[in-house]
Amino acid sequence: MSERHVLVPLALLALSAAGCGKKAEPVVVPQAVDTARAGPATPGPTPQQPIQPVDTEGGATRTALLADLGNVIHFDYDQDLVKPEDRPILDRKAAILMANPALRIRISGHADSRGSDEYNLVLGNKRALAAKNYLEAKGVNASRIDVTSFGEERPVDPAENEEAWAKNRRDEFEIIAGGDRLVAPR
Amino acid sequence: MRRLALTAAALCALARAAAGQDTVRVGITYQPGVRPGLVVLPAPGLDSVHAMVARDLDFSDRFEVIALSQAPVSGKINFAFYRTLGAALAIELVPAGGGGVTARLYDLVAERPRGELTLPVDRSGVGESRLSIHALSDEIVRLAIGQPGVAATRILFLGDGDKRIWRVDSDGANLAAVTPAGVQVMSPSWSPDGARFAYVQFSRDGSRPIVMQTLASGTRTVLPTTATTQNITPAFSPDGRSLILARLSDQGASIYAMNVQELCCVERLTGGRFAENFSPAYSPDGRRVVFVSSRAGGQQVYTMAADGTDQELLVPFDFGTTGNSNAPDWSPDGATIAFHREVGGAPQIYTFDLAGRRLKALTSLGRNQDPSWAPDGRHIVFVSNRTGRLQLFVIDTETGRSRQLMTPGAARLPAWSRSLGRPR
Repeated sequence: MSERHVLVPLALLALSAAGCGKKAEPVVVPQAVDTARAGPATPGPTPQQPIQPVDTEGGATRTALLADLGNVIHFDYDQDLVKPEDRPILDRKAAILMANPALRIRISGHADSRGSDEYNLVLGNKRALAAKNYLEAKGVNASRIDVTSFGEERPVDPAENEEAWAKNRRDEFEIIAGGDRLVAPR
Repeated sequence: MRRLALTAAALCALARAAAGQDTVRVGITYQPGVRPGLVVLPAPGLDSVHAMVARDLDFSDRFEVIALSQAPVSGKINFAFYRTLGAALAIELVPAGGGGVTARLYDLVAERPRGELTLPVDRSGVGESRLSIHALSDEIVRLAIGQPGVAATRILFLGDGDKRIWRVDSDGANLAAVTPAGVQVMSPSWSPDGARFAYVQFSRDGSRPIVMQTLASGTRTVLPTTATTQNITPAFSPDGRSLILARLSDQGASIYAMNVQELCCVERLTGGRFAENFSPAYSPDGRRVVFVSSRAGGQQVYTMAADGTDQELLVPFDFGTTGNSNAPDWSPDGATIAFHREVGGAPQIYTFDLAGRRLKALTSLGRNQDPSWAPDGRHIVFVSNRTGRLQLFVIDTETGRSRQLMTPGAARLPAWSRSLGRPR
């Protein structure tokens, strides 16, 4: 299994940020023309979001902000409603986004392996939109939030049981711009 | 009684031939009279061709195939002996000039040849050469029953482990990955001429462009009209000029058609917020589209005109009780829609006959999904977990007979090509 494009969850990034200045996922513009002989994908262009180990807010604060931004939310089976218990997670993201106007994020919606493979892409989109709409309602401008869907194609747990399915029905959040200097909300 | 006697005779033949190599295949009779017994005569010097043709004819589900590797007596065709095996037809394969192969069809009851054909065939039976042997098999089927077989076809599918598109010959051989390693993709769809296919790419920036790949050269092109958006479930029009797909946006999933020759003219066919419309597929005349919509709640199967007008429910369902229905595919003869529908929590393959409006379940064991029609409008490839992991199966919708296409890893989302046997 070759997974070169696995998105590094922000929570993990945050954990590693203090020590090693790990690179965030680069944004790659799709190529208009490509060839089959190109072989495995080469590393993308210059990363836009090098995460500094220490900034004006101090490493500990920054790590906490990245962790809050990266926190995943979960959904019930075949549902796209934000659960009440996940609202504080989104409220925190909204506050950080409001405090950092240059910050842009991408929300990716995911589904468990039940349901049709192609419908699950539709469902993932609905789940990403549910979080986007929530953040918009909290005052975040829609243009700062991209959404995408992975359907059931990137499970965090490939097992076929209730526990794994519950983990896989989720939204993930990643920074796509403005994450190099983060200010904590007041 | 007669059936028993024939079976006994066939078993004797099996024992007799066991002294030789592998090779008597005694098929299972489903409906006596529907599948005539057919002997594939030994073909000295054509071992690979003989083995492949015998298997193709078996997989055609049109005959009960009995393949002999060694003739009881060389020389004249022993009509009476083959009749005792239950055969009504015999196929003789002989080398022809210029590397070709001649196939001769015998009527064992009338005790005379019924026809013959000669095709250029690469006799080695490996790699690309297999296609010419499969094409010979398809023409033998045409000689015997008037319609060609579907051996000279390939199936594209998603490798569940590496998330690349793979291709495999109709008989399960000649497996190869066709999209590059390290690029996650989904939903392969053949162009009608079999030269290209379209698929969804998971780009890092969150876009889901449609990529068109030419099989022979490996050249890939992102469709410019899909480069910055999320596009899913592509399908070609029968003339190859248009691609129909679903696009995800803030308004849900809507179906669009676009011109893939001029790379222009994107047209939205379904409207409305809060209704998801996706998984479109054209009718073989290109005038209608079958698709999935959640407009009544769960996912169900609808049709519309190719310009988006005249939208209506196609397959009836009971609101609140019928399970979700997905992945419709229109049969090449235009008569039947295949799709999967959840029954008791597990998807099963169904066909819906358009003239009679009859629904028929084809599977019941395990989870079965994502059907795709063979060009004969009779066989369907689909995904099943009945063996414990996701694998491709081919079912003959006439007899219910099914076989597994062996793939090393889990396989999903199969797409069956049109005939690839004739030179283009």
